[in-house]
Amino acid sequence: MRPTAFGGKQLRAFDRSWPGLTAAPAKPPRPLGGIASDALVRHLYVHLPFCAHRCGYCDFVTVVGRRGQHAGYVDGLLAELELERELLAPELETVFLGGGTPTFTEPRELERLLAALPAAAEVTIEANPETVTPALAELLRRNRVNRVSLGAQSFQPELLGVLDRVAGPDDVRAGVENLRDAGFDNISLDLIYGIPGQRPSDLAADIGEALGLRPEHLSCYELEAKPGTRFTHAHGEELRRQAEAMEGYFECVVEMLIGAGYRWYETANFCRAVGGRDLRSRHNLAYWRGRDYLGLGIGAVSTVRGQRWRTTPRLGPYLAALREGRRPLRELELLPDSVQREERVMLGLRLDEPLPFAAVAASVDAEALTRLERLGLAQRVSLGDGEPPAAPGALTLTPQGRLLGDAVTADLLA
Amino acid sequence: MDLQRIRNFSIIAHIDHGKSTLADRILELTKTVSGREMRAQVLDTMELERERGITIKAQAVRVNWKGNELNLIDTPGHVDFTYEVSRSLQACEGAVLVVDAAQGVEAQTVANAYLAIENNLEIVPVVNKIDLPQADPDAAAAELAELVGGKPEDVLRISAKTGEGVADVLDAIVERIPPPSGLVSAAAPPRALVFDSSYDQYRGVVAFVRMVDGAFAAGEPLRAMAQGTRFEAEEVGFFSPTMKAAETLGAGEVGYVITGLKDVSRLRVGDTLTSERNPAAEPLPGYKDVKPMVFAGLFPTDSDDYPDLRDALERLKLNDAALFYEPETSQALGFGFRCGFLGLLHMEIVRERLEREFDLDLLVTAPNVAYRVLERSGEWLEVHNPAEMPRELDAVEEPYVRASIIVPKDYVGPVMELNNDRRGRFDHMEYLSPERVLLAYELPLAEIVLDYYDQLKSRTRGYASFDYDVAGFREGALARVDILIGEEPVDALSMIVHRDAAYSRGKALVERLRKEIPRQYFDVAVQAAIGSRVIARETVKAKRKDVLAKCYGGDISRKRKLLEKQKAGKRRMKQVGAVEVPQEAFLAVLNLNDGSKK
Ligand SMILES: Nc1nc2c(ncn2[C@@H]2O[C@H](COP(=O)(O)OP(=O)(O)OP(=O)(O)O)[C@@H](O)[C@H]2O)c(=O)[nH]1
Ligand SMILES: C[S@@+](CC[C@H](N)C(=O)[O-])C[C@H]1O[C@@H](n2cnc3c(N)ncnc32)[C@H](O)[C@@H]1O
Ligand code: SF4
Ligand SMILES: [Mg+2]
Repeated sequence: MRPTAFGGKQLRAFDRSWPGLTAAPAKPPRPLGGIASDALVRHLYVHLPFCAHRCGYCDFVTVVGRRGQHAGYVDGLLAELELERELLAPELETVFLGGGTPTFTEPRELERLLAALPAAAEVTIEANPETVTPALAELLRRNRVNRVSLGAQSFQPELLGVLDRVAGPDDVRAGVENLRDAGFDNISLDLIYGIPGQRPSDLAADIGEALGLRPEHLSCYELEAKPGTRFTHAHGEELRRQAEAMEGYFECVVEMLIGAGYRWYETANFCRAVGGRDLRSRHNLAYWRGRDYLGLGIGAVSTVRGQRWRTTPRLGPYLAALREGRRPLRELELLPDSVQREERVMLGLRLDEPLPFAAVAASVDAEALTRLERLGLAQRVSLGDGEPPAAPGALTLTPQGRLLGDAVTADLLA
Repeated sequence: MDLQRIRNFSIIAHIDHGKSTLADRILELTKTVSGREMRAQVLDTMELERERGITIKAQAVRVNWKGNELNLIDTPGHVDFTYEVSRSLQACEGAVLVVDAAQGVEAQTVANAYLAIENNLEIVPVVNKIDLPQADPDAAAAELAELVGGKPEDVLRISAKTGEGVADVLDAIVERIPPPSGLVSAAAPPRALVFDSSYDQYRGVVAFVRMVDGAFAAGEPLRAMAQGTRFEAEEVGFFSPTMKAAETLGAGEVGYVITGLKDVSRLRVGDTLTSERNPAAEPLPGYKDVKPMVFAGLFPTDSDDYPDLRDALERLKLNDAALFYEPETSQALGFGFRCGFLGLLHMEIVRERLEREFDLDLLVTAPNVAYRVLERSGEWLEVHNPAEMPRELDAVEEPYVRASIIVPKDYVGPVMELNNDRRGRFDHMEYLSPERVLLAYELPLAEIVLDYYDQLKSRTRGYASFDYDVAGFREGALARVDILIGEEPVDALSMIVHRDAAYSRGKALVERLRKEIPRQYFDVAVQAAIGSRVIARETVKAKRKDVLAKCYGGDISRKRKLLEKQKAGKRRMKQVGAVEVPQEAFLAVLNLNDGSKK
């Protein structure tokens, strides 16, 4: 997963006349002098927008083809990295290369990029199955990538057809095999459910197929009809009509994966619990725990010390600015304390780990909390650090509450 | 002005027969309104009147004709505003009764003619719209003569559109209508009947009066006899057609008195004004109170607007003497008022006037009629709100009306069928002419306030006209149906219905509510019940999922904005027990409630 999100609509927002658009701050958020090293950013996202083909349902910031520009883009990324380097801690916890299709990038350029990026404990790359050849797996391995997120989506050819995907089920299996052969021991699969025409048995089959590949990690997303996409145009109406029939799918997914021994650690994310390894996505955990992160590349989002900015999603202006040594245009959003608290609740309650209450208490409606506790949707629990049980210092949702997470969060923050 | 030279009259007719247009021609002919100021139905000044093309408020205006002072009052034709007509008639000695030459005598023609006769007024019968190709002035004149007991030759024939014959109407008014009788002498204790009023932001209450005895001068200390309110006449004058100040207002004349009163409750229509220095001993006969029979709750959509609604109702009441209101509290809709109306059109107009003239946003509950219930104590209690009725009804009475329906004889069958469906009791039938029949029925008011008139029109292809007046209360086989959301009764949705309709009405309402109530964390039962007996039940299934599956770093701001929206939506909900119900859900079922009776 990567911090980029520009729908077709938002693209238009990158017009100079639009008031939300600011030129890049001449300097990063605050002067760095005297900032403690733990205030430095330890999570880096790098956006690689190139794809072989645009899938019907996708509204990510992508650029189809343009092989000739891959080198220039990697130059741009590295230039941008230099401009922001002072925000980064000397030692990073995670690097995440998202797309687009990072593994579609010219191998030479991908390798150049990987070699130049700072080292980190977890380095993840998103990969489309058909791109994962033994050679590519080798290349990744060689360059310190230790986690691969593979976009399987489904194992049913007809459903992949509805999604307008390039890869077939065999590509997924082959991709996993190649990664295993290259020594990868942390593979994640992305699945999409709620596809028009998907019967409960198809869902069970997809989960079964995925489990058969024994991935360390699974992300299961309900298909969203993004405005303006080909998919929404062709199937949006159908998706709305079937919504009620498919509302139980999420629950099924959760039950099946828990039944198979996976930990439901985030609303849409599951990991195996084996041999004492924590296989949660450390990078994404950083988002959900409200940590700062720096994003590089077109459409990338960064959140650093109460400021959030999004870089222009337009390739041309992005490259032009960096060629001249300037920061590309960015859209800046200030996050006052109250907003940061709300986000902490919104994101924190997606996790299975308790959210420390003290930090967010000012934003939580106590009456709503009591009501939700009575309904068995929310719970106050002990932080587990020896605090008196009478004053449970943390908040968590029950499994039922997590299925209803958005409504529960809205109640709690109302 | 010499009393002998004053004539006071109202123009009365069935709706749309051309009263206001006749008034237009009179204003033109008497040069009261210049050509530049003239427009169609110039006396219909209210925005709503102009939009709907009907008169809602009676409007007085003074004109001069051949040395005579004529005070005319243009009146509304719709049955809901009959009270305006009857008050106007009490300020007059005569009435011009207009009939459309293409339509002939219709139900409100009859009703208004009787009102004029009861008030001992001289009637000047007029057949209008003789310019229409389909006009049949002879037939109309014959029907009219029959109705008022005169000769067809005495019926004037005019076109208010072209102006043909209008001068003759004015001459006939002077000839046939008697001048007012009253005490003219300067020493006579003055008395004036307040037949209407309005509120002016700067000048307070303006009383519209008919001087009966004596005279008022500007600056004179006055008293309203029934309420004992004292004030000084800041200004007196007459309508021409806008307010024109005068030095005095003399016996027999119609005009206005600016009272300066800011507290609108201190002057009531029907009161008698007299002079403080030379007070009259006896007030004039006032008005019979009208009894509104149709009731509905009015609630501000934003509860902060409650005080504004209260002030608005007070002021509107001044200009709409038939409006009744009392405070009401609903657990679902908050603080509001239970208002009484003379009919559905009246209700609609009040609502629109409140929204437009006072800039309010209102929620109106489904209308119901007044009921009488037998109390344990043996006394009958009148109830205006279904939620206040006992759950189990022993003896209940509902209002009945005497209805007259005038139709071409070919439509008698369909009308009788409709009336049978509506629990009507046939009374009698008369031939107004070989072709046209008047059917008299007794009907429960509840059966006609809603869509009766639409049904009547559709079953008679628009040929029927309809009028009614309330005849009294009669026992009815009625049931109180309560609506419960998650076991909690929702007061605003309770209804009183005939037992035979209880099941289908309850079912329709509950089904609609099920669709309107968003799914909650738990199953919500929506039920209709009579007492403790459930007659319809639906379930709003608990939602099983409400969470966006994906949320990553680039998505957080978008997610937060969605959350803000969801929060705002929740704040707009009304709480019924543990269930959150959007206001729109109430609105939807309240609308259904007045659109679905059979
Ligand atoms: N052709 C023709 N049309 C007329 C004549 N008099 C009135 N009308 C039309 O009839 C319609 C109703 O006229 P109004 O004067 O508004 O009738 P009204 O009796 O005041 O109606 P309410 O106040 O609603 O009861 C309007 O469209 C007039 O233009 C007439 O003499 N000839
Ligand atoms: C950046 S996307 C795509 C990464 C990679 N290019 C691919 O296609 O596999 C990351 C994941 O988001 C999910 N996703 C993308 N669009 C979605 C949509 N409209 N609804 C639900 N999930 C979506 C897919 O599971 C996808 O693997
Ligand atoms: S490959 Fe992935 S990023 Fe590219 S268009 Fe398809 S879904 Fe979108
Ligand atoms: Mg009129």
